[in-house]
Amino acid sequence: MTFDFLDQIPKFVVLGVGVLAFLLVVLGVLYVGNIVPHRPKSLTAGLVFLIPTLVLVSIGLVVPAIRTTVLSLGDSRGEGFVGLDNYVWIFTDPQILGVVRNSALWVVLVPLVATAVGLVYAVIIDQTRLEKLAKTLVFLPMAISFVGAAIIWKFVYDYKQIGDQIGLLNQFMVWLFGEGATQHWLTMPFWNNLFLIAVMVWIQAGFATVVLSAAIKGVPSEIIEAARLDGVNAWQMFWKVTVPSIRPAIIVVLVTMSIASLKLFDIVRTMTGGRNGTSVLAYEMYAQSFPGQQTGRGAALAVVLFLLVIPIVVYQVRNLRQRKEVR
Amino acid sequence: MSNRVEPVVLAKRARKRFSRPWASLTAIVIALLWTTPTFGLLLSSFRPEEEIKTTGWWTFFSQPNFTIENYNEVLYGSGSSGRLAEAFINSLVITIPSVLFPIAFAALAAYALSWVEFKGRDWLFVGIFALQVVPLQMALVPLLSFFSQGVDVGGFTLMPAWDLEGEWKFVQVWFAHTAFGLPLSVFLLHNFMSELPGSVIESARVDGASHGAIFRKIVLPLITPALASLAIFQFLWVWNDLLVALVFASGSETSPLTARLADMAGSRGGEWQRLTAGAFVSIIIPVAVFLTLQRYFVRGLLAGGVKG
Repeated sequence: MTFDFLDQIPKFVVLGVGVLAFLLVVLGVLYVGNIVPHRPKSLTAGLVFLIPTLVLVSIGLVVPAIRTTVLSLGDSRGEGFVGLDNYVWIFTDPQILGVVRNSALWVVLVPLVATAVGLVYAVIIDQTRLEKLAKTLVFLPMAISFVGAAIIWKFVYDYKQIGDQIGLLNQFMVWLFGEGATQHWLTMPFWNNLFLIAVMVWIQAGFATVVLSAAIKGVPSEIIEAARLDGVNAWQMFWKVTVPSIRPAIIVVLVTMSIASLKLFDIVRTMTGGRNGTSVLAYEMYAQSFPGQQTGRGAALAVVLFLLVIPIVVYQVRNLRQRKEVR
Repeated sequence: MSNRVEPVVLAKRARKRFSRPWASLTAIVIALLWTTPTFGLLLSSFRPEEEIKTTGWWTFFSQPNFTIENYNEVLYGSGSSGRLAEAFINSLVITIPSVLFPIAFAALAAYALSWVEFKGRDWLFVGIFALQVVPLQMALVPLLSFFSQGVDVGGFTLMPAWDLEGEWKFVQVWFAHTAFGLPLSVFLLHNFMSELPGSVIESARVDGASHGAIFRKIVLPLITPALASLAIFQFLWVWNDLLVALVFASGSETSPLTARLADMAGSRGGEWQRLTAGAFVSIIIPVAVFLTLQRYFVRGLLAGGVKG
């Protein structure tokens, strides 16, 4: 045992300094906020409260984002100017085109499957005795890190060439189809993408369940009763009453998940490291920029990611606006 | 429909649902799919090394063999086995300020943006709001070089180089998490704050209260539930983050649980006795927080608090 708690004390000193700095900044802002003239219209007062945010956001986000855009036009060391070469590389290099295809697969499949599972589950458990518990079970993966979830599923997908299988999926194959049916799931070309996507679906479905279940409870019971009096069956009730009534919530869930899938990085890195054709844009951006030292290419990938996120977010904002107006 | 009738109707609805066998079966299959993998990992983490590596965790039920050796090794063992006790402390040291800073700063900023009138306020709000679109991938490389080389804009030094060493690297992780967390936090708190009753704040202002006093005595108590939801989100986000940790907290002195685990999964992918126990060490705190504060978490989710 080599762990010595005393070695860790400097870290707590740093933590203490950080918390102290935190208190100083907050108290400082409040103190100045006390003495500035408290007219309702005051630029000084406004800026005092905004300064910490403005400083952090400009140094931490605005200036870096502009720098990245500039770097995306430069070479691997971030010096020479190469024009749009890095973008040309993204859309012509066959390997990177595969990465773009994988990202498209993630953005389409994760929201669709996770929302479908979440919706069906939310409808079934609605108003049953064990609803709360049932919801928590599916919701719990939301609290687990992508890294943790990746390890959980890597264990499920584990493959042994000789001896007993220790991965649950391969053991199921043995039980159902015999010894010959086992597979090394994470190296199967193309299909391995789907096994990674399943992990993200597993994490996100709980989010869909919770949001959609709340929406289902908001459907006026008059509508449901009226439909019932008209004699609709469960299938019709689901498609003709429930789904149209909660459509706005479904869209919010779909959009939120598609953004999350576009930016997904951790699962790919932990489970396959992008090998065997499983890389996605966000992972490739990291791999090119840091281990690969290809600053220009990494920056171009980040910009592409940014450009892909924009339309989704704009759609989301417009959608939210409309909802507010309706209310 | 009167309230008196409703419970009966609801009960009938519920019974109808349960009576459909296919529906119940689907729900059970989903619930099993969503829990069995985690359960298998938890069970495995308590099995002896040679058994984990040779037999499936389901054989535990026929020959139960229980040990906590895996946890001992992965937490306190030598360098190659993870030293997760150290990483656990790193995670704590990273997370606490990375939750405090953005939420406090966002609360202050949201106050100015909703209750202090000044020219250009709406533009500022739209600007901060729009920053939510920027993926943090856009900021990683330049921000990292800012820490080592400082920021110069047209010959004017905006920020000197920090040149942080050893455990002081935590400061740059806090900085990154705070900057990345601020746009969404400001947006959510502004939504919440701008719906507070204006008359209360107006009358305090007439009584001569300063902005600092209004913020502390009136606004802060009213927004506590929103702060709680946001704190849980930010906590889960920071504790579970891998990307920021890899870039800004590299090195064994500062890397948190996620980064250490990801390394173990890559370099020692077959050492399941360590991976299973290690994964649980990293999962336990967020799950505990989540289960105890689930109500705030759900409330935040429904208010749109998902990092996008």
